[in-house]
Amino acid sequence: MIEWIDTVIQGVLLGGLYALFAAGLSITYGVMRLVNIAHGDFIVLAGFATLPLVQTLGLHPFVALPLVALAMAALGYALQMGLLNRTLGPDILPPLLVTFGLSIVVQNGLREAFSADAQSLQIGEWQTASLQLGEAVAIGWFPLLVFVVAACMTWGVSLLFSKTTVGMALRATSDDPATASLMGIRAKHVYALALALSFALMAVGGVFSGIRTTFTPDSGPVSLLYAFEAVVIGGLGSLWGTFAGAVVLGVAQALGAKMDAGFGILAGHLVFLLVLVAKPNGLFARK
Amino acid sequence: MDSAIDFVVLRSTPANRVIGWALLAFCMALISVPWWGDASLMRWMVEVICFLVLAQMWNLMAGYGGLISVGQQAFVGLGGYGLFVLAQHLRINPFLAVPLAGVAAAILAVPMSKLVFRLRGGYFAVGTWVVSEVCRIWVSNLSLVGGGSGQSLTVMASIQRDVRESVTYWMACALLIVTFATVYGLLRSRFGLGLTAIRDSEAAAESQGVRVATLKFQVYVLSALGTAMVGALYYLNVLRIAPASAFDLGWVVAAIFMVVIGGIGTLEGPIVGAAVFFFLRWLLSDYGSWYWLVMGGVAIVVMVFFPKGLWGSIQQRWGVQVFPLQRRLKVG
Repeated sequence: MIEWIDTVIQGVLLGGLYALFAAGLSITYGVMRLVNIAHGDFIVLAGFATLPLVQTLGLHPFVALPLVALAMAALGYALQMGLLNRTLGPDILPPLLVTFGLSIVVQNGLREAFSADAQSLQIGEWQTASLQLGEAVAIGWFPLLVFVVAACMTWGVSLLFSKTTVGMALRATSDDPATASLMGIRAKHVYALALALSFALMAVGGVFSGIRTTFTPDSGPVSLLYAFEAVVIGGLGSLWGTFAGAVVLGVAQALGAKMDAGFGILAGHLVFLLVLVAKPNGLFARK
Repeated sequence: MDSAIDFVVLRSTPANRVIGWALLAFCMALISVPWWGDASLMRWMVEVICFLVLAQMWNLMAGYGGLISVGQQAFVGLGGYGLFVLAQHLRINPFLAVPLAGVAAAILAVPMSKLVFRLRGGYFAVGTWVVSEVCRIWVSNLSLVGGGSGQSLTVMASIQRDVRESVTYWMACALLIVTFATVYGLLRSRFGLGLTAIRDSEAAAESQGVRVATLKFQVYVLSALGTAMVGALYYLNVLRIAPASAFDLGWVVAAIFMVVIGGIGTLEGPIVGAAVFFFLRWLLSDYGSWYWLVMGGVAIVVMVFFPKGLWGSIQQRWGVQVFPLQRRLKVG
């Protein structure tokens, strides 16, 4: 029994990482109905971007993280302004296919630049240290940190949306870009800000994921699928819903893997499909 | 207003009659290959035809039904594995097993559609991808078909080599011709008008009495049928299957690039796209991942600056159609 509790706890903590993956996807869909197929590949790109900072400059991954997050935000802003804004419109096809093309370009660009080898980021003994609770339950400090950071980020972004002027502009543009532009809000600039925010969150997810496990240029699609599943399980339009969806996905994967080592990822997919059948609007959708 | 305006609806131009004869001659030439071509040419052509039909099936969904799937590799894999189960394990004639595998996958597509149609637009796209991942993991755990390492189609050894190669090739030709004829016939019919209406505006189509949900379902299942036959035929040609390659995302990547570059929503587009695809593959064959980088870059540029693709741009400028689908009004 106690081992199962341990498994659930590990699953919840894993969900923290997925919440970081999913938050950006949730924001871009909420603000501009953009489903970024390259989402996972940009998460992996953030991991690779951290590598030279750590290996060549000798920075600690936690020191490199803010730099990478800033660079990713700048990339996101530029990408939206330079490319994706041209594709947004009533037709959903262009943004989907352009981000799909980006996904292939990023994946193969990384393979060309860093080879297909698995990489990881090291943070020393912190990586494996854990908090022992009784005999069977141990909580890793690092997974716990990831979970707390994910919760803080979700809280922070929710506040950003509800309390600040930028948040108001984001919500207004999401509701009605034409009317928002009458109030002096430049929709294209707002969209670029949303993608910048999404990219900064991806950077956090990418670096944490690189510390937690290894990554290769091909890791992107899986990250996209987990992020997407978390968003759909949680229900569209709510960041805390996405967070909860990520936790459900993490627990499903952990329990599945506990039953059979090969069943973890499939269990996550099956829970996602089950939610799709039973509650297509998600478990925690805002009314 | 005393007289109604005289008009006729033109569905083709005189040039189309010439093109029609040319197409017929081309089909004859295609069918005659086993009498003069060697085995490697036939194998290569089967591969080209597989990619072309795959692209056309994706085009039918995306370009006409407005359904963007990133999970068509599910049907390639199911078709391929369907062939192996039917031919290798149930001892059904391998050539007969190809259409049967297609039908089996189309039947599986029915419950799958219930899942993915819960999602719309971009989420539909990623949803189809999840379903294909589920299929891949499921097949990887089936010991009957060799699990993760796959298996070989050893029953083909009992068929004489030149018979095997020629019949596989002719089946590919048949699949190509039937696919284009079916899609052409469908799109010229009431069904095609409904689909085009859905693509342009779902709400408006619904208000005009188009049964949007039914039509989308039919397109999804039809596309699954064609795609699965591509999978069966492709693995009949290469004789060995494994889950990682059969359910590879690369299948749909290729289909999307061919259709986008050639011209989405035109019957001719996938042909042009396939030509570009195979030309670039040949040109960049020594450069590894650069091939995909260039393909991705070209697809992005085409999508942003020439959203109608190569053929779509040609068609818009000169009004040529190999497969006449438009209706033109001639007044007077």
